[in-house]
Amino acid sequence: MTRAKTTLAEILASLFPGGHAVTVANGLIAGDGPFEGGRLRVIGIDGDTPLGIEGALALAGHVLDAVRSGDRAPILVAVDSDSQRMSRRDELLGLNECLAHLAKALLLADRHGHPTVGLLYGHSAAGAFIATALATRVLAALPGANPSVMDLPSVARVTKLPLDKLQEMAKSTQVFAPGLDNMRAAGAVHAVLDPAAPLGPQIRDLIATLPERDGRDRLGRERGGRPVAEEIAATVAGQLRGR
Amino acid sequence: MAGPDRDRLSWYEASARQRLDALLDPGSFTEALGPAERRMSPHLPLFDLPRAFDDGIVVGAGVLDGKAVFVAAQEGRFMGGAFGEVHGAKLVGLLRAAVAAKPAAVLLLLDTGGVRLQEANAGETAIAEAMRAIVEARAAGVPVVGLIGGRAGCFGGGGLIAGTCSRLAVSEGGRISVSGPEVIETNKGAEEFDSRDRALVWRTMGGKHRRLIGGADAFCADTVAAFREAALRLIADAPAFDLDTLVAEQDRLQARLDRFGDCRDATDIWARLGVNDPDAVPAMDTPAFEETVAHLREATHDAR
Repeated sequence: MTRAKTTLAEILASLFPGGHAVTVANGLIAGDGPFEGGRLRVIGIDGDTPLGIEGALALAGHVLDAVRSGDRAPILVAVDSDSQRMSRRDELLGLNECLAHLAKALLLADRHGHPTVGLLYGHSAAGAFIATALATRVLAALPGANPSVMDLPSVARVTKLPLDKLQEMAKSTQVFAPGLDNMRAAGAVHAVLDPAAPLGPQIRDLIATLPERDGRDRLGRERGGRPVAEEIAATVAGQLRGR
Repeated sequence: MAGPDRDRLSWYEASARQRLDALLDPGSFTEALGPAERRMSPHLPLFDLPRAFDDGIVVGAGVLDGKAVFVAAQEGRFMGGAFGEVHGAKLVGLLRAAVAAKPAAVLLLLDTGGVRLQEANAGETAIAEAMRAIVEARAAGVPVVGLIGGRAGCFGGGGLIAGTCSRLAVSEGGRISVSGPEVIETNKGAEEFDSRDRALVWRTMGGKHRRLIGGADAFCADTVAAFREAALRLIADAPAFDLDTLVAEQDRLQARLDRFGDCRDATDIWARLGVNDPDAVPAMDTPAFEETVAHLREATHDAR
């Protein structure tokens, strides 16, 4: 089942019916708009753009500016990206540091009282996914979003399994198969929003009910996509605390 | 193992358990969810792949030079040290326990190719959970120190976890990057990255390059004793996790891009950093390399 994805313009129009100051340059989203009597900051990646060192630093800079302002405004991380940019130059200059820096900036903003909400509306994969959408307190998605760690043809190449066998397995085994339903089952995607209804109230409700602790492993168990992670983590933590 | 053999043990050659044995004070290690409990991957049998009783990671508590520490050691020889569901959850459980128990440090002996593709969604999500938990531990005042020098290197999401640590120690063999050489070559072609050019791999991702540009805080000879000494030094000198640190990191990384963004090869960067003979760097022994690093401003900082 493939659904047409919602565009960034549609998302922004739904979030900010009275207008906004969110712009896109080189595939990077930045800006803000009025929201619930205050404002909502928006950063992200549009147009299936790969995330490289410059993009990661630009986005992190916006997040740190927000923290410095002290306004505690919520930050929406809207994502329709490729994977991390794969190049010799990016790795030479420390892509791992730049992507981790962006994730740390978002985690710092969360600690400083900025509700952080991811909104996955297109593709995302691998390091770009970890550094953006997965570094928020809560990640929502719109139908038609298409997250993956790696596409099935590449998985076939690496695992040396035939593609048709993988496609068959993907129907019954959610833990490795790409796609929104499977990422939701793993607990990575908290909720799927309704694109036909105004997004502002849906984002507001997500912010009002932010989980206190990282509950992605609990969701993964409840939804069956990650059956044992919660129990394993709790057992390890229990054994170490009991010392 | 005791005495000189223990000290000279090669980090690169050792297993995860041998590294922990020789790193920690003798007899001090207590494993959590050890192999006797046989908590293996529930997913690998679907792919007709063998399982490991510890799912390729050893986690627990021990003592390092009299200080209580938590440790996690990935086994690079099982599935390339990759993050599967159980593997990742063991690391996450350890880090979450550290927030409450406040050991003197958490040591992460990273040795990983990244996400285990057979359990990709679980591995990817666990990496995100681990990064959040590292930040929480650091914010609670617990230094999280990465030690990297294993066969599998530190790739994919492992590279992002490394970038989240308070401090990193790396040896010559410890490669750190997001996309590995084969991944870049497969996606972009051998003109972009020839993964069989070993010298290119070491120059671009290897421990010396990471240390020279400030991507790692200590460079170690390939012995457990060297990593032990570095770990003790780094634990005592870990940066706080706060706005000042991240603003300083933003400035540091931006300055790196501004200064070296047009460089094609690591040797161009090293020359611009002020290394007298960049072509001699790969062959330098550890003392000569440390002498070189000592003259470079960029290599040593608290901006992480």
